[in-house]
Amino acid sequence: MPALALPKTAAWLAELAGEPLPGRRQEDWRFTDLAPLQAVAAELWSGPDPFSQCSLPGGISRIAPAQAQLLLDQGLQATGSSTAWPVRLNRGASPHFLALRVSGSVEPLQLTFDAAAGQGLLALQLLLVLEPGASLELLLHHGSRAANATSLVTVAQLGQGAKLNLGVLAPGDARASLLSHLAISQAPASELQLTTAVGGWALSRFEPRICQSEGAALTRLRALQLVAGQELADTHSQVQFNGPDGQLDQLHKVVADGAGRSVFNGAVRVPRSAQRTNAAQLSRSLLLSDRARVDTKPELEIVADDVKCAHGATVSRLQQNELFYLQSRGIAVDQASRLLLRGYCDEVLRELPAAAASAHPLQLLLRERP
Amino acid sequence: MIRPDAPLLLEIRDLHARVEDQPILKGVNLSVRAGEIHAVMGRNGSGKSTLSKLLAGHPAYSVTGGSVLFRGQDLLALQPEQRARIGVFLGFQYPVEIPGVSNLEFLRVATNARRVERGDEELDTFAFEDLVRERLKLVQMDPAFLERSVNEGFSGGEKKRNEILQMALLEPLVAILDETDSGLDIDALRIVAGGVCQLAGPDNATLLITHYQRLLDLITPDYVHVMAAGRILRTGGKELAVELERSGYDWVDQEVA
Repeated sequence: MPALALPKTAAWLAELAGEPLPGRRQEDWRFTDLAPLQAVAAELWSGPDPFSQCSLPGGISRIAPAQAQLLLDQGLQATGSSTAWPVRLNRGASPHFLALRVSGSVEPLQLTFDAAAGQGLLALQLLLVLEPGASLELLLHHGSRAANATSLVTVAQLGQGAKLNLGVLAPGDARASLLSHLAISQAPASELQLTTAVGGWALSRFEPRICQSEGAALTRLRALQLVAGQELADTHSQVQFNGPDGQLDQLHKVVADGAGRSVFNGAVRVPRSAQRTNAAQLSRSLLLSDRARVDTKPELEIVADDVKCAHGATVSRLQQNELFYLQSRGIAVDQASRLLLRGYCDEVLRELPAAAASAHPLQLLLRERP
Repeated sequence: MIRPDAPLLLEIRDLHARVEDQPILKGVNLSVRAGEIHAVMGRNGSGKSTLSKLLAGHPAYSVTGGSVLFRGQDLLALQPEQRARIGVFLGFQYPVEIPGVSNLEFLRVATNARRVERGDEELDTFAFEDLVRERLKLVQMDPAFLERSVNEGFSGGEKKRNEILQMALLEPLVAILDETDSGLDIDALRIVAGGVCQLAGPDNATLLITHYQRLLDLITPDYVHVMAAGRILRTGGKELAVELERSGYDWVDQEVA
């Protein structure tokens, strides 16, 4: 059943953000109905600070609040994120804030943001500063069990030669919303792997914005989004190359079932200064139902002339020849379909940080019993 | 091995079939008893691949007449997976690549589906690994292929070996091998043919669909059938394959005309 918007909530959210909710007339929000967000109670989530329990491995230290705020602002500006509505909302909602500096190679870290059965809006900010040569593997694990909303703004700065392997595992609730904005700046020779796996939310919106500040960095994006029922999952990604020799390898996969709706908009910006950029973007969508809907759009702005930019998009059903092959080996249609679906999802899920394995992401996202 | 008293495994009677509106099979008759090896030869488009896929239950083909009995049971009434479970196996001419599905997991699920049908216990991961490692030797396959996705990035020869490995695990009663020899170099052909020969026994039967005699130098058939225009035109012993190799299919064209 579609979420019922509460008039009071819409006004409250607009007040927090300092501007009205984005509407369907705005290009970036054309397909994205914010009704589920307006169905949460007009109050801030009142549970304990999710960051207070966080124990940090050696090599990771907290950044003092004043400096952290400055770095956060800088990071948001570098990717043009400051004016994005989800960021404005987040800033107006007195977010819990964790600011970390990473030096050298550190032990993997996991942060859990579970809005659980709580009411209202849970707002979080995360700042990661990776010193030159630093290396971090981080898993962000979201969750919810009620009609609530989570707003996360993640700002990361990767110094020269730094490596960040960031995974987001977000199994949701069909009444809950998740707004996640990521602003990531990469210095030359840095490597970013961002793997997101999201499914089961009434509304999810991911906005990864990556800026290779001088080019010559490596960006690898892997995403899987699943929708069923009346759910909507939206990813608006943006990769900006501000210098030569940058690389992007992006794969965005979708599974759309029921009357679910999936939106993908992948922007890649290659200005004149970004010669010899090598970028590849592939969007693959699997439609499991006649009522599901997929909107996918690559958005390439290429001004430099000496570049390789490949992009592709496919929307298909389960492959009949693959199904028949499995059936011809004694595997029934429903089990064969499940095997194919699991294989399809696993291509992304296996790239999540190792810590994700214990949460059984396939079962979580496909809603299978263990 | 021909034994007139051996049980009849497969009985195809006056089989007619089409793809979309195109009639392909126009009255195929064929009886296969346990212990026998049959070769079905013919030009491209003669209907031999259609026959093999139809027996496995491929949804693209519709039967318009005739019958197929498998040990007295109406085979055409069964879903593809049911046919596999009771012992019908199709070795694909072009084995399908399935990204993301582990070959080992696939082989285990398939093997267990067949075992359950036969009243055997399902094998757990460990017991299955022991079994599959033993059967790998039959096709001289590197165990590393178990860890990969089904057929993904396999060479032509590796794919065909993987087919024979599946046959070795499923232990079918009737194995239909659709141009298993195509795209194989001579070494791979020897390995694949060696596997088929070891698996052929008095209780099962093999149907080899092929263009060439070279496979039949390695696997000696009891019967050779020549297909043309959707029918079996002539049946003989191994000498018929030799004759075909020598004189080609021109006489077939004359007979059809």
